[in-house]
Amino acid sequence: MGDQLKHAVNWLTEPTRYFLGFGLAIVLVLYFRKFFAKSIVIIAFFVLGGAFLAFAWKDPNFAKIIGKPDNVPIVILLATVVFFSWLSLRKSVINDERIARGDPTLEGDFNRQKVFTWPDLVYTEFICLILFTAALVIWSIVLEAPLEEPAATARTPNPSKAPWYFLGLQELLVYFDPWIAGVLLPSFIIVGLCAIPYVDTNPKGNGYYTFNERKFAISFFWVGFVLFWVSFVILGTFLRGPNWSFFGPFEYWDLHKLEPMVSVDLSTYFWVNLLGQPRPDNILLREAPGFAFLGGFFLLLPPLLAKTVCRSMFQQIGMVRYQIMMHMLLWFGLIPLKMLLRWTVGLKYIVGIPEWFFNI
Amino acid sequence: MKKLLDATYKSQLWKSVFRHGYPDTPRNRTLAVLSNVFLHLHPVKVRRSGIQLSYTWCMGGLTFFLFLIETITGLLLMFYYRPTAELAYQDIMALREHVPIGIMRELHRWSAHMMVITVWLHMYRVFLTGSYKPPREFNWNVGVILLVITLLLSFTGYLLPWDQLAVWAITVGTNMARATPFLGHEGPGAALISFGGLDFVHAGDDVRFGLLAGRFVGEGALLRFYVLHCVGFPLVAATLMAVHFWRVRKDGGISGPL
Repeated sequence: MGDQLKHAVNWLTEPTRYFLGFGLAIVLVLYFRKFFAKSIVIIAFFVLGGAFLAFAWKDPNFAKIIGKPDNVPIVILLATVVFFSWLSLRKSVINDERIARGDPTLEGDFNRQKVFTWPDLVYTEFICLILFTAALVIWSIVLEAPLEEPAATARTPNPSKAPWYFLGLQELLVYFDPWIAGVLLPSFIIVGLCAIPYVDTNPKGNGYYTFNERKFAISFFWVGFVLFWVSFVILGTFLRGPNWSFFGPFEYWDLHKLEPMVSVDLSTYFWVNLLGQPRPDNILLREAPGFAFLGGFFLLLPPLLAKTVCRSMFQQIGMVRYQIMMHMLLWFGLIPLKMLLRWTVGLKYIVGIPEWFFNI
Repeated sequence: MKKLLDATYKSQLWKSVFRHGYPDTPRNRTLAVLSNVFLHLHPVKVRRSGIQLSYTWCMGGLTFFLFLIETITGLLLMFYYRPTAELAYQDIMALREHVPIGIMRELHRWSAHMMVITVWLHMYRVFLTGSYKPPREFNWNVGVILLVITLLLSFTGYLLPWDQLAVWAITVGTNMARATPFLGHEGPGAALISFGGLDFVHAGDDVRFGLLAGRFVGEGALLRFYVLHCVGFPLVAATLMAVHFWRVRKDGGISGPL
């Protein structure tokens, strides 16, 4: 029974299943939000999660990875993100019902009245601060800050990992070259975040939790933050071992685990497999299919969507905002697209020009 | 006893510090906030939802508090730490071995981890309550920059223990800079910037070299990260926090239309 569960977990956390499962879970939670907003759901999550942790802790491989002092924050991250996502969802569901009935929201009416900062707010802050300090002091006494061997530039540890909060980006290195995963995408995340208030012109949902009034915005952020950031951090911390190979949480980190990975460029697929001729020598001609694909993706998709699925949104926010938002979304859309292409047809690069360090 | 208290409240010493009376009146509650430079980061009155933990999650406040913890513990750690390749690791070892019940490094490290989490959750709450909507667009942007600074603070601090974890994590992190378009020597477009067969962007002058003061993570990088960690980024963060908090007040509280 115990072994079967461990095998099942190892099987489930394989990157493809992990990512798709996580994504599916978010869709289900948002769609059946009335059910998932119930208190029993979050209680069940933490009880089952605690039981699983107690069970899994006996496994040496699991305890070694999860129990690393520096990995404690990742467990806290998972627990807090789940809890606060649930809390916000619960409040949204309640508010949406109230709005539908024509009642004021939880934050409206009575709670819009003003109270004095001194002492009402100051005391709350003070109590938060004391409790938090106590928790940190206890944590610091129980767990010693780790210190590894002295730095040696000649000995590369395997795996070499970036700090945990950048592991989502490091995970993207599996699918993209560093100039995209490490430079372009992080820049776009920052620019995209800055653009949010100027692109989102929906005046509703300002100062209260709601889902129905901001379906697109809330779903976007759940996917962006919970799936593409937090779940990738967890994947990178717990499930990536030596050589950045995948390891299930109950698997031994074997240095020699090899994952055969055959990956082929789009140009090879087009010229060799489809047309049955060698790839042309001219770089631009060779990569023409890739450029055509990307051109269609970035240039044709936005107007196409504006005419069809996103018609009402396009009319609401206008050309400039629409273009900015679409291009940000398409860049992030490139991530799951490339992942899926890698998993299904073993695609390496859409455009692959190693001569110029220009690989997409 | 009551007499003594009364005498205290009326003494010149007390009055020189607290410019308002003690009795619980609306006037005194107002003055308590207005006449205190720290408390007046708050408005005099806030919406009731603004003091509900289930609404605010208190994550912004905790982030600021963690910044203060980091400042204090960091200051104490600076007394015992010398940022050179020979001494850095030794100093951390000494801190570990010679200080009984020393938890300053622990506090500093765990608080740093927590600060990254609280700042993310703060952003999550602000987004979910639509608190970036007008008139708070600008302050959301200040917040985004503060988020980046928080990550940079943590990233620069990561190197300072000068152990294997530190050096290789920073190596992995800064390797990305090699591939910066045009500015990194392995980035697309860098090869275009050449003159008469001479490359202008190479491993000895690209953006990664500037970041690390060398071709690999060495002594130069340690000093650079140390200065940025202890002086540069904290100054920027403190300045932007002042703007951030002030704008929260000026934009009409933490959320909701004016």
